[in-house]
Amino acid sequence: MNLLLEGVGWILDPANWTGVGSIPTRIGQHLLISLTVLVIASMIALPTGVFVGHTGRGRELAITVSGGLRALPTLGLLTLFALWLGIGLQAPVIALVILALPPLLAGAYAGLESVDRRTVDAARAMGMREGQIVGKVELPLSLPIVVGGIRSATLQIIATATLAAYVADFGLGRFIFQGLKTRDYPEMLGGSILVILLALVVDGLFAIIQRLAVPAGVRATRSELRSRPARPRTAVGQPIHEGNQQ
Amino acid sequence: MNWLWSNLDLIGELTLVHLALSVPAIILSFVISVPIGWLAHRYRWSRGVLLSLCGLLYAIPSLALLVALPVFTGQRATSPVNLVVALTLYGIAVIVRTAADAFDAVEPDLRQSATAMGYSAVGRFWGVELPLAGPVLLSGLRVVIVSTVSLATIGAVIGVQSLGSLFTDGLQRGIEIEIISGIVATIVLAIGLDWLAVLLGRLVMPWSRPDASARRNSMATVERVDAA
Repeated sequence: MNLLLEGVGWILDPANWTGVGSIPTRIGQHLLISLTVLVIASMIALPTGVFVGHTGRGRELAITVSGGLRALPTLGLLTLFALWLGIGLQAPVIALVILALPPLLAGAYAGLESVDRRTVDAARAMGMREGQIVGKVELPLSLPIVVGGIRSATLQIIATATLAAYVADFGLGRFIFQGLKTRDYPEMLGGSILVILLALVVDGLFAIIQRLAVPAGVRATRSELRSRPARPRTAVGQPIHEGNQQ
Repeated sequence: MNWLWSNLDLIGELTLVHLALSVPAIILSFVISVPIGWLAHRYRWSRGVLLSLCGLLYAIPSLALLVALPVFTGQRATSPVNLVVALTLYGIAVIVRTAADAFDAVEPDLRQSATAMGYSAVGRFWGVELPLAGPVLLSGLRVVIVSTVSLATIGAVIGVQSLGSLFTDGLQRGIEIEIISGIVATIVLAIGLDWLAVLLGRLVMPWSRPDASARRNSMATVERVDAA
């Protein structure tokens, strides 16, 4: 536990809070790169996932791609891009985007697929255009699952951005690699604690967003939010006034 | 390509090291998770707590966990044991949820029938619940196999030898083919172990039909097993 105190001591040391490569700068960098990657990856994966989930076209392909990318070792991708593009921010950004695609894609198509087909048919029968069905029926109903995908993608990005400090002078991971080089364990541990706190805070925020994302009048149960059924299954739940029927 | 031919020994050796890191972690996490998953299934109050803990654990970035673990284990951050512990923890975080779902999916009617037939609680677990939860447990195990093999490479950045060493070494020496070999070897290893798990599942649970994807992945094997 002495080690832990040393790590916390390193974080609280005022010297680490000012100057080049200070804790606030590194946190800012970490958040900046994570947000950039999340936005780029979302722009690619979410529309694709929504298309796949709505039309059912390319479903097998999407499953294969999102499953196959998962087996890809993060570090291998990072170092390969670093070798191709040189030391700097480009390599980690591209590698991070690629790694963030599977959870985003999976969340989007699994979310849309989870919407009861009868609900979609009803919307169509009422004369809604396909665009309206996606925007006003499928997306709102699937939002918790889509947000769940964004949540796991974000955590993945924050974790990999730490690793990305291996190939770029960027983010909280720098403390780990600096400390490793100078055999300064408190610095490594301090950096790690900051990364862990950052990840947990972001995860907590997403947990709240995920709850808020459940449309009014629909109560998706916890298990429905979490599990990813293989076959389309209703995520519609019961009307809120009927109470909690287990 | 020259690098590849003259370093096949190195790749083979690192593959073995990689196996020695990931296989214990996979087995440990499975063995530890099944009882925890059963607890989460059996006692409603423990479910929320256990699953939230697993969720939190899974949210922790791997490199940070690797560096922070020595605080609790007393091991050096760069020791292989530390990496195995970290991989096991991630494995647990993944399988516990699946295990709880697997036991949940066992029909209550079947459980009651077993009780009515005179099974004790322990006998019912081994004779009825575990075999019926088996196929879902296997699917969880397969996810963990792939993620653990891939995750084990991360130790290389702080100096734990594995196939990941090919990435760090390849980057430092500017050998593209070394990194690519590492990526390919890691994926092949993951697929191989996954295939082994499917095969093992067929042997242990001959009653469960392979799902469509498993059949496609290991068509030849499945048929051979059927014939045997």
